[in-house]
Amino acid sequence: MDYLENIESLAYFSPEIVLVVFAAAVIILDLLVKNRESEKVAYLSLVGLGCALVAIIVTHSSLGTDESKNLFWGMIRLDGFAVFFKVLLLLATAATILFSLRSEELDARLKGEYYALLLAVTFGMFLMASSTNLLMIFISLETVSLTSYILAGFLTHSPRSSEAAFKYITYGAVASGTMLFGLSLIYGMTGTGDLAAIGQQLPIVLAEGQVTTLGILIAITFILAGIGYKIASVPFHMWSPDVYEGAPIPITAFLSVASKAAGFALFLRFFFSGFGNSEVMQSIDLGLLLAIVSALTMTIGNLAALPQRNVKRLLAYSSIAHGGYLLMGGVLLANSDPDIVNKGISAIIFYLVVYFFMNLGAFYVVVLIANEAGSEMIEGYRGLSSRAPLVAGAMAIFLASLIGIPIFAGFFGKWVLFTAVIEGNLYWLAFVGLLNSVVSLYYYARILKAMYFESAEDTESFSFSKGTFALLSVFVVPTLLIGLLNIFYSLSEKFTLQ
Amino acid sequence: MLLSLMIFVPLLGMIVVLLLPRESEELIKRVTLLFTLIPLVLAVVLFISYDRSTAGTQYFVSVPWIETFNINYHIGIDGLSVTLILLTALLGPICVLASWRNIEKGIKAYMALFLLLETGMLGFFAALDLFLFFVFFELTLLPMYFLIGVWGGPRREYAAIKFFLYTLFGSVLMLVAMIAVYLNSGVPGERTFDIPTLITLAGTEGHALADPGFQIWVFLGFFIGFAVKVPIFPFHTWLPDAHVEAPTAISVILAGVLLKMGTYGLVRINMAMFPEGIDFFTNGVGFWGNSLALLGFINIVYGSFCALAQTDFKKLVAYSSIGHMGFVILGLAARNETGVTGAILQMFNHGVISAMLFLLVGVLYDRAHHREINGFGGLGNRMPIYTGITTLAFMASLGLPGLSGFVGEALSLLGAFAKFQVLTILSTIGIVVGAAYFLWTLQRVFLGQLNPKYEDLPEINGREILTLVPLGVLTIVLGIWPHFAIEMFSESVTKLTEIMGTLQASL
Repeated sequence: MDYLENIESLAYFSPEIVLVVFAAAVIILDLLVKNRESEKVAYLSLVGLGCALVAIIVTHSSLGTDESKNLFWGMIRLDGFAVFFKVLLLLATAATILFSLRSEELDARLKGEYYALLLAVTFGMFLMASSTNLLMIFISLETVSLTSYILAGFLTHSPRSSEAAFKYITYGAVASGTMLFGLSLIYGMTGTGDLAAIGQQLPIVLAEGQVTTLGILIAITFILAGIGYKIASVPFHMWSPDVYEGAPIPITAFLSVASKAAGFALFLRFFFSGFGNSEVMQSIDLGLLLAIVSALTMTIGNLAALPQRNVKRLLAYSSIAHGGYLLMGGVLLANSDPDIVNKGISAIIFYLVVYFFMNLGAFYVVVLIANEAGSEMIEGYRGLSSRAPLVAGAMAIFLASLIGIPIFAGFFGKWVLFTAVIEGNLYWLAFVGLLNSVVSLYYYARILKAMYFESAEDTESFSFSKGTFALLSVFVVPTLLIGLLNIFYSLSEKFTLQ
Repeated sequence: MLLSLMIFVPLLGMIVVLLLPRESEELIKRVTLLFTLIPLVLAVVLFISYDRSTAGTQYFVSVPWIETFNINYHIGIDGLSVTLILLTALLGPICVLASWRNIEKGIKAYMALFLLLETGMLGFFAALDLFLFFVFFELTLLPMYFLIGVWGGPRREYAAIKFFLYTLFGSVLMLVAMIAVYLNSGVPGERTFDIPTLITLAGTEGHALADPGFQIWVFLGFFIGFAVKVPIFPFHTWLPDAHVEAPTAISVILAGVLLKMGTYGLVRINMAMFPEGIDFFTNGVGFWGNSLALLGFINIVYGSFCALAQTDFKKLVAYSSIGHMGFVILGLAARNETGVTGAILQMFNHGVISAMLFLLVGVLYDRAHHREINGFGGLGNRMPIYTGITTLAFMASLGLPGLSGFVGEALSLLGAFAKFQVLTILSTIGIVVGAAYFLWTLQRVFLGQLNPKYEDLPEINGREILTLVPLGVLTIVLGIWPHFAIEMFSESVTKLTEIMGTLQASL
């Protein structure tokens, strides 16, 4: 394995550098502009994201034929997988900034720091997607967590928001502490922090009898606590409904999509590189462990979503369930056939793209309705079909896609996942997943019902700006088209881990 | 090209309707009518130009779609599908006409959803790629959910979600089975969803798809998916609710076409693709060998007795549908040429007759605003034309010789008798009960003293007659000259029985 030294690495690190520079610039600009012009700060952040996107594309194209580079003596790795996640995370941040611009619940005076923090959390997530060293993994995870705590508590006047931040930080501290202990165990077993080296060392020390499978299992379980907390998988999911409900809606959207995607990036890279050798995987029966976690996550997420009346909280539980679906792809990491492992990873990638559009779209509608009807409750959606037919139509499309009905992208996302899972001979898991889709229909349909079958007492129609519809269509069009075009399937295969 | 055009014209119509202003309701209705008449014309052209002498698929189109999974946009028609396509296309404009006056709110959304539904149905019957087949199957769900839920009766929300949950539950089982078939169809890279190819592979000795154990459980997966749709006991409970709450035109589509999607799927997938599976459930040892016929029997008798107990006119028709679909199952379980021909004919006939019955119920409901059978009486004097048409529909439905209902049921029973004597004999109870509830209803609604409340009930109008005449003519024509339809699919049936028959011979 050849590593690039620090100075050489900087050129490939330019997207992250751009983000840091702009985060600093945003803070400075915030000091210079007046309170009422906080929009300027948001636009500067968007420019920053745009520059970072250009930097990502440039660094990616400069990768050339060898397709991956190990930067900073192997601390982080730049490959197609990392590039995919960086683009996805960056777009999620951009969407969050656009949502925040339209959200009326945020305090305009604090928005400068808010945008700076968003850029910072994106920086942390970039690192999560590319870390290949235990230490770096932990640092990136902490960067993301700490900034997320602040963002979740950003509604300073709302006790719910403070509660959210407090819960988030308590759970987060425990989870990351546990994970750090797991990481140290792995380091102790192998004497290295480098994932690839761990992948080589573990089978050797296991064969020599220096460590037992139980030891590895304990270490893995501890590490899963940290990762499971990030992707909100059972039993580490308890924080997420409260945090999602209390946080500002754009942050909820951000956490449910970007934070989850970054968590999956970390999860996949960690197990693929560190435990890619399937002997170790099988000796601790990691596949079964993950399969049970996945089945429980989607089932508990869906069942808990059933009685919810608050749409934000409902979507929080739904996003736990979707984490469970995604985790089905992760289960395939334990398969002995590398082809199936790859299918699992590309299914996750494809599903994340689909999930990005449908879930962010749904949250955007929640932002809009919270502004207009002043409510996050399901009652606020009554009669939406006549008060705002286009927004209701868009929401219907997002919900139908989240249920997984053709021809919406969500169906194709599930299709790809379930095909991979069945190919891995996990019929029971696919079955649980599909039954869960049926259960999920019930609570998503409650929103449909409120929008279309019920009428509001107040029949005055909502008016939205052209920009709102433009942004909405950015989410609607892909939700309609992604599944129908072959190119997205081949792209998702291109960006898997090597 | 002609076939694709027919499938997607309603979708185009949906886009056009969505672009029209909400206020111009008359224009919206006319445009919708136009966009349902075009597929009808095209379907008639297809029906006439279909070469009856071969069983092969005609008008087929195959364009790569999602190459990563080797999914193709592969459509085509054979005698069976062209018959059902004609039925669907015929019911399209009829339903639009039936919705002309009695849809009070949101006519634009109603018509748009209806057109989307029509594309789903037409595409389903033409699809020759399993994945496409499934997509079209599911495409009908969402429009149907909204059509029942928004424009339905007092318990519409309950009925809509029940319909949705039941059907989705069935289709996820189908999805697992479908993925299993795909994965077992070959090594990675050579896997296929192509229905004709899969049928060939499933008949190839030694192929993974031909394994009896595999076929039996995959058969079950698909079967439950379709059984919910048909509906076959015990998956039928959504149907009375959905029918009672749905607006007239949607009940017509539900009974006329959506139920046929279930039986069509049974023929197209379960029987043709899994001969070992169907063999197990119709020819196997002991209980399982009789299970499919038993389900047909239960549907017939249970549906008929339930219908007898109803006092809601629409619910009565809904339960009679369950009974009549039982004949289709029984005929299919027979697996011989007579039985399958009878079953397919019964599918078409039931589509026509039940559509008539629901239209007639709708006509009465629009005038009296209730459907309580015991609340009427003596309408024969007040509405002679309406009474005449209703009598025709009742007679056709109860299986009076000379009308279409008789032929299908008789052939199904005849075919089934060859294999399941006892069950077939017992099933005829259903016919007797059928005659009982229809005649009794006729008596209660049309004969006797006229309820003074309904002295001024207006007679059926021209538009309503227009929706009923084509269906009435079809029941008479098919009653006298069933060969008109049978010749369309007799070659396909022969081929189908051959697929299942070769297996029988080798046992």
